[in-house]
Amino acid sequence: MKTRKGTRAGQYVALLGYLVFLAFPFLWLISTAFKPARELGSLHPTWLPRNPTLDNFRQAFDEQPLLDAALNSLVAALGAAVIAVLIATPMAYVMARHRTRLAKAATGWVVVSQAFPFVLVIIPLFLVLKNLRLINSVPGLIMVYVVWALPFALWMLVGYVRAVPAEMEEAAAVDGAGRLRTLVSITAPLLAPGIVATALFAFISAWNEFFFALVLLKTPEKQTLPVVLTHFIGAEGVADLGPLAAAAFLATLPSLVVFALIQKRITGGMLAGAVKS
Amino acid sequence: MTLATARKRLKKPRPKPKPKRTSGAGGPGRVDHGAWFLVLPALIPILVLSVGPLLYGISLAFTDSQSGRTEPTQWIGTLNFQDLLHDTLFWESFRIGLLWAVGVTVPQFLLALGLALLLNEELRLRWLARALAIIPWAMPEVVVGIMWRIVYNPDAGILNETIRDLGLGDGRDWLSGLSTALPAVIVVGVWAGMPQTTVALLAGLQNTPRELHEAAAMDGAGAWRRFRTVTWPALKPVALAITALNFIWNFNSFALVYVLTNGGPGGRTRLPMLFAYEEAFRYGQFGYAAAMGCVMVAVISVILAVHLVGRLRGGDDA
Repeated sequence: MKTRKGTRAGQYVALLGYLVFLAFPFLWLISTAFKPARELGSLHPTWLPRNPTLDNFRQAFDEQPLLDAALNSLVAALGAAVIAVLIATPMAYVMARHRTRLAKAATGWVVVSQAFPFVLVIIPLFLVLKNLRLINSVPGLIMVYVVWALPFALWMLVGYVRAVPAEMEEAAAVDGAGRLRTLVSITAPLLAPGIVATALFAFISAWNEFFFALVLLKTPEKQTLPVVLTHFIGAEGVADLGPLAAAAFLATLPSLVVFALIQKRITGGMLAGAVKS
Repeated sequence: MTLATARKRLKKPRPKPKPKRTSGAGGPGRVDHGAWFLVLPALIPILVLSVGPLLYGISLAFTDSQSGRTEPTQWIGTLNFQDLLHDTLFWESFRIGLLWAVGVTVPQFLLALGLALLLNEELRLRWLARALAIIPWAMPEVVVGIMWRIVYNPDAGILNETIRDLGLGDGRDWLSGLSTALPAVIVVGVWAGMPQTTVALLAGLQNTPRELHEAAAMDGAGAWRRFRTVTWPALKPVALAITALNFIWNFNSFALVYVLTNGGPGGRTRLPMLFAYEEAFRYGQFGYAAAMGCVMVAVISVILAVHLVGRLRGGDDA
């Protein structure tokens, strides 16, 4: 289709506007992270630091236990991602291949679980975990994260299972392969990329999560990165901007890297899910 | 979009009835033993840590449960709800929550629709926009809040500096101003939620039949007419689903505003979730906070039902 020149120009102006809106806060964060305290105190901040420095990063590590927090985040996110995928994949397989009442109920749960405010879930969870002595512990948090990641994991995995033609499994069965054999040697390899993408997405979600971690983790040495980051902001809302920006920037890097890896697959999977009909 | 596709999938008949079942005796409506074995590892955690707590949470709303109390909790009927009815602070928070949810969801949808339409064209910087759109999506919400605090910072922030450069005055303290705090956090909410909405709408756009578009263009239909008659009808289910989901997510959002203003100044940005969180974990009123959660679910369900039914019915002749 031909587009008139004026329209095209207008489209580019609009696109440029979007690019600026999406990018500028992040660029400002990076710029602030590398500015020395003197520049942050001056009234006319510049886009580029005049004297870039790494002091903020050093200070951030001195002020808060960032390394411990990163380790806690890593354990929580890895644990949640691995367990969620391990238990979600078989269930997703059943949901995709069998049209049972159970599969329908599970789909219903996936939808309904999105609508409930976390506060209604967290109070009972808090009481239950307290009785199990799993408050203020990373394993307790992992349990919560697994269930919290399940709806989306199931959703994605059901799509990936549907993309594996049932005919291939049937052909293997005709050739005399048992059910387990079929799953292991035919279905699993075809599903693997989807499983990895789902695990990575669950990893990012858990790495970024704040509310459950805030409620369930009480002592600083058990807390995850997002919770520790909020400690940079003082009681009166006054923050030491440089170290705050530096720590925030570092905490974002893992999510950005992982997301860049799976972006095609996530958006592609969503597109496929929505387009295929 | 999850909703839309889920519904579509549920309704859709299976493409080919399988002549032979490889999965044992599992007919429709029944689950064979092998399937149970596959389902249980996920089903047990779901029941124990999601469905169970949800029901437990709803039942807590009818008790006087408090944190750190030694006496057993008691059933108190609807007393919590009667108290809530007269709790003007809660209803003020509820009003702010609705303002925030609508104020974020509507611009989010319009901006995302614009971006999706642009990304659907053969423009040159498309890849860059796609790459940048990841940033708000992948970022921890806490970092998004921190980042915008730095942007809004009265002295070292880029916003006030730009205003000063343009000669529009000295700028202001956006997040502590009584009148600016809510609009300021709404802008952040819009920014943070744009990528998901854009991706969903882009998926819907790529679903619209290209030939129809071209035929309409041949017949001399302008861009707006083509949008109204070809694009929008195809996009509508996706648009409805994503706005409904966004509305729910936004109404229940917590971390962004917790970091940006913590509900201040003077409660002007105290969303219902922040209110309920304080009630439960600062003052220890578990039963009362659970009742707030129930009211939130109930009101949101009614609003959504009205919205969806109204749109599905009334929108057809548009």
